[in-house]
Amino acid sequence: MYQFNVYRIGPEIKLGSVDISFTNASLFMVISSLAILIIFNLGAKKKTLIPDKLQLLSELSYTFVAKMISDTAGSKAKPYFSFIFSLFMFVLFCNMFGMIPYAFTVTSHIIVTFVLAAFIFVGVTIIGFMKHGLGYLKLFVPSGVPMVLLPLIVIIEIISYLSRPISLSVRLFANMMAGHTMMKVFGGFVISLGIVGGWLPLSFSVALTGLEILVAFLQAYVFAILTCIYLNDALNLHH
Amino acid sequence: MLKKIIILVFVTCFACFNTVFAAESGGMPQLNPEFWISQIFWLIITFGILFIVLTKVILPKISNNLEIRKSQILENIETADKQKEESQKKIDEYEKIILDSKIKAKNYFNEAREKILEDINKKRNALEKDLDEEISSVENELSEFRNKSGEKINKIAAETSAELIKELIGEEVNSSSIAAIVEDQTKLNKERKDVV
Repeated sequence: MYQFNVYRIGPEIKLGSVDISFTNASLFMVISSLAILIIFNLGAKKKTLIPDKLQLLSELSYTFVAKMISDTAGSKAKPYFSFIFSLFMFVLFCNMFGMIPYAFTVTSHIIVTFVLAAFIFVGVTIIGFMKHGLGYLKLFVPSGVPMVLLPLIVIIEIISYLSRPISLSVRLFANMMAGHTMMKVFGGFVISLGIVGGWLPLSFSVALTGLEILVAFLQAYVFAILTCIYLNDALNLHH
Repeated sequence: MLKKIIILVFVTCFACFNTVFAAESGGMPQLNPEFWISQIFWLIITFGILFIVLTKVILPKISNNLEIRKSQILENIETADKQKEESQKKIDEYEKIILDSKIKAKNYFNEAREKILEDINKKRNALEKDLDEEISSVENELSEFRNKSGEKINKIAAETSAELIKELIGEEVNSSSIAAIVEDQTKLNKERKDVV
């Protein structure tokens, strides 16, 4: 589990009594953000009618996220486009940078994903109450349920609503951690079985790398699309 | 009921903390809270900067690019449509010109044909007239000749018969009486011919 270790890089920085030192996790957050900014800035720079590779990449991601938002949350979610775009890109790049050997996977730490998910949860709840006032509580009372079942349903709905940040963060964190751990385990098998029996776990490891890249994209997508769905609940309030 | 829930929450919280503090010594590094604050701090900073720069600088550029492309493509399609219409117009004009010239050519041909036919008719008529005139003059001549020939024959017959009689009888006979006889004879002949 060495790959998940967080260690200090450079001097210890203290804000009051709180330790906010620059760590390898911070380093990879900075690298991911910088990579996103550089790639998309280069892609947005040119204004040719027929785009080159980087421009095509940035425009395709733009339309991809825009379509995802309009499909799941409708046209009302347009003001939140840039947030969801940054979120999707940040998670995607963190996941992808984690696939480089010896790199640190930012999203494999529960605290990072939980902060993101909690921010989304709080933000969505605030948006919901701002849009609908106390009418937002109707989210917990689905229409067309018999009166007898209503108390039970409301309790279930409330629990499911409150567990959203946990499910959202744990899904991403667990996927990333499990994938990396599995690759580590198979890599260990390759070493321990040696040149005779190491080929089978090696081929497994190669296949897992492909799978992990798929998972890295898929989890970023799922994270973004679930955010869209929560936003849809807050904006449109129909159950 | 409420008491039970509160107790349950407490127990789970306790269990969670227990596992967290147990993980501090070995186990998952994710549950080690030593760098949690640092991670949160840097996450907020990096993600915040990323969000602000993307929102303020990069995404407007991209959407602007997309809009420009869209409008440009629409414009191009419009001009293409216009040009297509123009070319269609020109094709129509061209076809009209061809049709007109075909009609003209036909007219010219017909005119020429009529002219030639008229010419031919005129010439033919003139020729026919000439022929008719010639034929009629010839016929006139013939009929005159025929008419004259009867008299001449009669005269000749009278003369020859007078000479014949002179030779045979040796005596001159009144020529007028001979002519009367010859005329009677020719009349009789003619009547016989007519009867036959």
